[in-house]
Amino acid sequence: MSSGIETGSLPAAAPAAPARRADGAGLGLARLRRLALACVVPAVLLAVWQLATAGRSYSLIPPPAEVWAELRDLAVGGVNDDAFSGTLWTHLAASLGRVYGGFALAAAAALPLGLLIGRVPLIRALLDPVLQILRPVPVTAWLPLAMILFGLGPRSAFFLVFLGAFYPILVNTVFGVRSVEPRLFEAAAMLGCTGPAQFVRVVLPASLPSIFTGLRLGLGFAWVVIVVGEMTGVQTGLGAIIMEARQLSRTEIVICGMAVIGVAGFISDWLVMLLGRRLLAWSPTHG
Amino acid sequence: MAEPALPILDMRAVSKTYAAGGRTTEALREANLAVARGAFVCLLGASGCGKSTLLRVAAGFEAPSSGEALMWGKPIAGPGPSRGMVFQDYGLFPWLTVRDNIGFGPKARGRPAAEVRDIAERYIALVGLQAFADAYPHQLSGGMKQRVAIARVLANEAEVVLMDEPFGALDAMTRERLQDELLDLWSRTGLTILFVTHAIEEAIFLADRIVMMSPGPGRIEAVHEVDLPRRRDVSSPAFNDLRRMLAAQLHSHHAPRAAA
Repeated sequence: MSSGIETGSLPAAAPAAPARRADGAGLGLARLRRLALACVVPAVLLAVWQLATAGRSYSLIPPPAEVWAELRDLAVGGVNDDAFSGTLWTHLAASLGRVYGGFALAAAAALPLGLLIGRVPLIRALLDPVLQILRPVPVTAWLPLAMILFGLGPRSAFFLVFLGAFYPILVNTVFGVRSVEPRLFEAAAMLGCTGPAQFVRVVLPASLPSIFTGLRLGLGFAWVVIVVGEMTGVQTGLGAIIMEARQLSRTEIVICGMAVIGVAGFISDWLVMLLGRRLLAWSPTHG
Repeated sequence: MAEPALPILDMRAVSKTYAAGGRTTEALREANLAVARGAFVCLLGASGCGKSTLLRVAAGFEAPSSGEALMWGKPIAGPGPSRGMVFQDYGLFPWLTVRDNIGFGPKARGRPAAEVRDIAERYIALVGLQAFADAYPHQLSGGMKQRVAIARVLANEAEVVLMDEPFGALDAMTRERLQDELLDLWSRTGLTILFVTHAIEEAIFLADRIVMMSPGPGRIEAVHEVDLPRRRDVSSPAFNDLRRMLAAQLHSHHAPRAAA
């Protein structure tokens, strides 16, 4: 980015950072173009969906307009006025609580564990084999056991979300810690930072990009797992509403649930990314 | 200075062998080197001659397999702020700005925040990076990164600066500029510098004393005092004579390597 200003007298050269916001107009146009491109595929899919389903007397899949009407009814009521009307926010709130609760718990457990496994050989020898064997077990396979351990209800859902988010965070944290450049430990040591102080001043910041990737993946998995988690006899939640609608053959509600999960997951990922961009401004691959 | 002063660094018969995969490699055999305070010493040699090993022993990153590594007469037990290292690949903390990289040492040693800031500002100015104080390392050129690395070590009150081919990755123009800046710093601060290089010209331009090393196993071959007047003219006959002599000596070391 700044190879050209090497040999000149230094104070005269401008810092490299402002280059990013140099041409605001061009950037706005580029953003518009990106937005337009992002809309192409969804528009085509929507068209295909419409053509394949609209105007048929008997279709297992409802046309887009019907799903849109149902979504409005779920959100604010006033269309069907049935048991589902206006319940979307309750379900969304329940799912959000479980996703972020499970995710927070997973992060709280996986981060320190990952730092220790990555840095302390004894702990690695002790825990790594167990975790490696447990890791391939799909979260769905835990469902029966979760129901025995935590009973039917929200606690099982919570546990499964926790499990789904735990491994991506752990694995990426360990990876991040293991791949800290050894040179940085030498640099810290010769500057007078040794022993456990290196955890805070070197290990944690150096592995932050990787940790962040783990958090993003973990949160993504939390959203993936939520439907499974809420199949365990809970009354509220986006997963619960999907399962209930399926039993009643209300496919339009199933599709609404899917769409809401998609959007909510997207927004939450976007928020994490914004946070990451702030924290990782120093990293050429994240900033 | 009537009595012989205690050397700041004293390597006494330092040997280093590495064991890897059932094979032992003798990286350094019985190196003796005393460095006086304020000296500029270059370790010169081809790859595998043990010059970096000797530097890393002085830094405290490696313990000698036999022999003694002393600073002010006391054994070097590990890396520490009194011996600052400047690496060829910079070793800057990518998540810290120039200011915070330079303040890292004082902060790690528990100096109060205001003092850390003052120290950082002072050394940012010393290496002329005021305009880049808030830039991150990836936004800097190689020459600027190496200035930060040097400032970081000086800000930490290093008495000895150990430099491991610090300008090896830089283009020729930047290298010459930094060599001048380094000499300028050295003459103003009274630092002691131990500088590893494989470039003969660089060694002659910088050093009071050139320690020639040869490979297979790594050892000290000869020591040359350089008494050319400073700032040294690289095109002067005296400079060229010395260069020719050192080149001949350096090349005579190449042959025995294949035997190992």
